[in-house]
Amino acid sequence: MSVDSSLVGAGATAPAARPVGWVDRAWAFARAKPLGAAGALIILAMLLVAALAQPLAPYDPYLPDYAAQFSRPSVDHWLGTDEFGRDVLSRIMYGARIALFVGFTASFAGCSIGGLLGVLSAYCGGTIDLLLERVMDVLLAFPQLILALAVASILGPAVPNVVIAVAIPIIPRAARVVRATALSVKENQYVEAAHGLGASHGAVIRRHLLPNVFAPYLIMLTAQLGTAILAEAALSYLGLGAAEPTPSWGLMLSGSAPAYAEKAPWIGLFPGIAISLAVFGFSLFGDSLRDALDPKLRGK
Amino acid sequence: MRTYLAKRLLLIVPTLFGVAAVVFLIMRVIPGDVTLLILGGDQTGRIDPQQLAAMRHQLGLDQPLAVQFGTWLWGVLRLDFGTSLWTGQPVIDEVFIRLPLSLEVAILATIVSVLLAIPLGMIAAVRQDTWVDYLIRVVSIGGQAIPSFWVGILVILALVIYFGWGPPLEFTPPWVDPWANFQQLVWPVLTVGYRYAAVTTRMTRSTVLEVLREDYIRTAWAKGLRERVVVIRHALKNAMLPVITLVGTEFAFLIGGLVVTETVFTLNGVGRFVVDAVAHRDYPVVQALVFLIALCFVVVNLLIDLTYAWLDPRIRYH
Repeated sequence: MSVDSSLVGAGATAPAARPVGWVDRAWAFARAKPLGAAGALIILAMLLVAALAQPLAPYDPYLPDYAAQFSRPSVDHWLGTDEFGRDVLSRIMYGARIALFVGFTASFAGCSIGGLLGVLSAYCGGTIDLLLERVMDVLLAFPQLILALAVASILGPAVPNVVIAVAIPIIPRAARVVRATALSVKENQYVEAAHGLGASHGAVIRRHLLPNVFAPYLIMLTAQLGTAILAEAALSYLGLGAAEPTPSWGLMLSGSAPAYAEKAPWIGLFPGIAISLAVFGFSLFGDSLRDALDPKLRGK
Repeated sequence: MRTYLAKRLLLIVPTLFGVAAVVFLIMRVIPGDVTLLILGGDQTGRIDPQQLAAMRHQLGLDQPLAVQFGTWLWGVLRLDFGTSLWTGQPVIDEVFIRLPLSLEVAILATIVSVLLAIPLGMIAAVRQDTWVDYLIRVVSIGGQAIPSFWVGILVILALVIYFGWGPPLEFTPPWVDPWANFQQLVWPVLTVGYRYAAVTTRMTRSTVLEVLREDYIRTAWAKGLRERVVVIRHALKNAMLPVITLVGTEFAFLIGGLVVTETVFTLNGVGRFVVDAVAHRDYPVVQALVFLIALCFVVVNLLIDLTYAWLDPRIRYH
């Protein structure tokens, strides 16, 4: 049988004498899941650019330079300039910070709140479970972007509000997935044994349930990261996300980009590539991680 | 089947009640005064208190919360969503004007996506881990990663630069001039359809993969059937069941796609109406549209569930 998951793969391919370190595991993962490794590389590159935006960016992303309005991509401005003469490359580099910030905080908050509710729902059962399930059903009746749009419209355009607007629709999705796993974990004999030994509810949840629902939680988290970045871009594009002059990728595509389509197509071209690459990276990585962690999908 | 139908229909009632409550809560309870937002913000702090009171009264915000919710719910039951603050017309009339366009794009995009997704997903599954599979997977993951508004912008860029195209100012219904209608909608339909197809392709691939591992498929191979027969008659037929559900579930992608695509292509449909209403702070319209979209979503999911139960007898008896 071929190597089909990072965990199995690392154990199977590493020589017995050498301890299995994270390098071996990463290598095994890369060999078993080349697409996932490509995704991880994209994410890594994006993290580096975001962290090092200040030293790396050739210009100040906020500084208008009216002498250089609509410059074509050149040696001075690799990706050209926008209608205010701001350097597109520098704005994209700083934009990575916003995309990652909103992506990570929103999906972390959404998945954690949803995951905790899912565990509680499964553990308590009965009326609490029924009530929470109905609430999640109702929230799931809203398409993700529409719910985010409604919340953002009330909160107003600002980066922290976008995080809330993007996180809320993630909650019921995470709750549902984590609850399903928690329900089956709860039936295990070791949980019964823990109860028998006099462990408190809190201890059982902390020691036995939470560690065992970590895999679906992690899968959900990576899957939602890309979606969250995309949602932030869409909200900013629609004028409900970050406000000017924040260098948000979605915002860079709104307004000016289609208006100057003929004159300066690069304004509308490069931020879109950045969004697509980022979401692509997270999707590739998330998919492979799911394949590796989900026992049902192992070997597929 | 009849018991199942009755049960599912009954379950819809609390869900819709909840949806109405959530829409109401989002609009009323989240901090921030809607009237202040409508009247132009509180930066200067100089808003005529009389005007404020009049607006509060017009929106019914001077009533207790429970009464407000009752009024909203009663309105929803009679399809009366109040009047738009921007145009002064009843909200429901405004929705009906824009509905045909969005429906046409939605239906055509669904057809395009199914026509693309099912063959592609099947081929990827059958040729798993070959270059064809990798190509299809990359293209379909790409379809989910590439924002549909950016695809729209690229299409417009190409059309403007190469064909001197300008966005249409008015929607031509297909029964008036089918050719003009086609020209207006072909790009938005393909843009939304691609994204929708991307999701469905991936789902088709994984369900076909799952079915290909079933015993009856091994039996079919063992009987010496040709590949085409095994894949199409045995595997695809059984894999279609979950795919039907997925087409419904991914309906949410379609609506999200419509909102941004209609905005990019300046099509005057329901999706763009949401965005415009948000920009104009037209809260009765936002409230009504968010509810109607959720209603649509719930009804589509119900229809999908019923089809599923009809096709798979096992579900009815659970």
